[in-house]
Amino acid sequence: MKNREFIENLILSIISPLISIFIALFFGGIIIYLLGHNPWETYREVINFSLGNPNGWGYVLFNTTSFILAGLAVAIGFKGGLFNIGAEGQILVGGLVSALAGLYIAPLFPPFLHLPITLVFSALGGAIWAFVPAILKARLGVHEVINTIMMNWIGYALTNYLVVNTFREKGVLYPLPQTDKLPPSAVLPKLYSIFQKIGINIPESNPVNYALVIATLMVIVTYYLLWKTKLGYEIRALGLNIHASENAGINVKNVILVTMLISGAIAGLASINDVLGYRYRYLDNFSHGLGFTGIAVALLGKNHPVGIIFSALLFGALNRMAIGMDVFTHIPREIISVLQAVIILTIVVSNEVLIRFLKKRRKVTYA
Amino acid sequence: MLETIFAWETITSAIRMATPLAYASLGGVFSERSGVVNIALEGIMLFGAFFAAVGTYFFKNPLIGLLFSIIAGSIVAFIHAVVSIKFRVNQIVSGTALNMLAVGGTTFLSRLIFKAAGSSPHIEGFVHIDIPVISKIPGIGLIFRDLSPLIILMIVLVFLSQYILYRTVFGLRIRAVGENPQAADTLGVNVYKYRYIGVLISGILGGIGGAFLSLEHARVFVENMTGGRGFIALAAMIFGNWNPIGSLGACLLFGLAEALRMRLEGVGIPTQFIQMIPYILTMLVLAGAVGKSTPPSADGVPYEKEEI
Repeated sequence: MKNREFIENLILSIISPLISIFIALFFGGIIIYLLGHNPWETYREVINFSLGNPNGWGYVLFNTTSFILAGLAVAIGFKGGLFNIGAEGQILVGGLVSALAGLYIAPLFPPFLHLPITLVFSALGGAIWAFVPAILKARLGVHEVINTIMMNWIGYALTNYLVVNTFREKGVLYPLPQTDKLPPSAVLPKLYSIFQKIGINIPESNPVNYALVIATLMVIVTYYLLWKTKLGYEIRALGLNIHASENAGINVKNVILVTMLISGAIAGLASINDVLGYRYRYLDNFSHGLGFTGIAVALLGKNHPVGIIFSALLFGALNRMAIGMDVFTHIPREIISVLQAVIILTIVVSNEVLIRFLKKRRKVTYA
Repeated sequence: MLETIFAWETITSAIRMATPLAYASLGGVFSERSGVVNIALEGIMLFGAFFAAVGTYFFKNPLIGLLFSIIAGSIVAFIHAVVSIKFRVNQIVSGTALNMLAVGGTTFLSRLIFKAAGSSPHIEGFVHIDIPVISKIPGIGLIFRDLSPLIILMIVLVFLSQYILYRTVFGLRIRAVGENPQAADTLGVNVYKYRYIGVLISGILGGIGGAFLSLEHARVFVENMTGGRGFIALAAMIFGNWNPIGSLGACLLFGLAEALRMRLEGVGIPTQFIQMIPYILTMLVLAGAVGKSTPPSADGVPYEKEEI
């Protein structure tokens, strides 16, 4: 019986994402058709562009890196019953704090510490930005949804002010809203040489970098935290039933606070792929909705670290495809955020439909 | 600086800024009173703002624009209703997805339709009205001069809603399904029906709120122009204790903050910090509302009819 349940759950966690991806691609196909293109041809072209060559793979992995971290951040919150819709702001603040640490704090230390400093500060920045909604939720019980959204807007305005007025790059004729370039000791090296050694010819210009390794490590860390530690147990208990957790002697307020801070810290880390691994500096509003994609990644991955790897890969590929679409057909690349929303909606609905179907079947067989 | 703040102009501009919030907030009242949390209001407003611009641009008539925004808002609300009432999906998840759909969808469509990144061409809004007699009073009369018909409609709707919700059978039922759906069901009230109605009303009102932004306020659609106003409206609804007049009061407070924000531009404070004012105020207001306002008991809880 247990075996059967396991298989049913497995089917559920594979089928509903597949259904939703299929519906989203179908929906996308309709849009492409309505805009006067052949959906079949277009899909073939953009899939070939994004997945048919090593450069495309590199870009997909580069996108995936940020999505894994953003997805993990949101998923940890979800596991604890918390909606961290503020990942976007946490990513921006984490990225800026990390870049500033690399420029102004790291030089005070020996070079081998530079990279650890920028990494730690990215997480710290994210956690700081999650702190206000976290403490308001834990101490006063203010729902985190509106507060995290407000912190996004405040974070956007604050980082914009700082990078435009205070820390704007110096020594160039037309400075962009971005910081100075970080020293090489404080950034993440690219990965192309390793790929080239194993025969995958990713060109030097490809942005995929060591942040991918850190993201993979964070998957393991998150898994360990959630399923192998006392804190992880408490987080999951809280997500299942807050009142029962309280009765079981869990310090609910502390767990809420800590969960939110961890979620913010991982969101902050999601900035390193761009800031430390690609641009080597902080560019104003570089995240472009990454925090919101994190919500889609977490939901599609069923808030499970392993599931998140797959859903991040999928979104990584979709994002690359959207760029291909823009190049080949001039269909605006925002089509990707439309498809993301369609995926979220269809996956939650198809989950619900499948669960009802299974429940009914169980009733029939056991009655 | 003080003269620019303490002026009748500040009040008129506060009312103007409060109007889109008040529509959305009133929508939130209907939705949440019926038991459905609707954070999709942000997206509904954005769609409303966009389609109001599209309708007005192509038909050269703001009434058609308004109609477009109402239809768009209702469609988004209907999706939210089906997903969260019929399929009992988490309402925050559904709302967040719809908000993403709104940001992506309006940007996507605006680039397709207006062929330009960033914003639509200029559009003409409604003809503004002076209220006879009182608008002639010096000073305070300024408030009643050059009014958008949508402002007058908003005030009428707020008081009408207060009456409907607390003085009619329909209103009682809306509140009953949000307060205690089991009991309402036992008494023969169709819980699903009233929840659908509550959410749809929020879509209509949220759409009008969005239309006000593009038609009356900016006279142009700008990508992402709602800027969190849907959420601010929800905060106002909470602060106003989930009732129409209370929410309007809270919206006026936010409108005042925005009016001050606009007056403060150009006195030397960096714009980014001025932009933060409504967001910070929202967080303060929410923290202050804790313990003083009580949500409907079944707010956000999907209702599952017991099978016999």
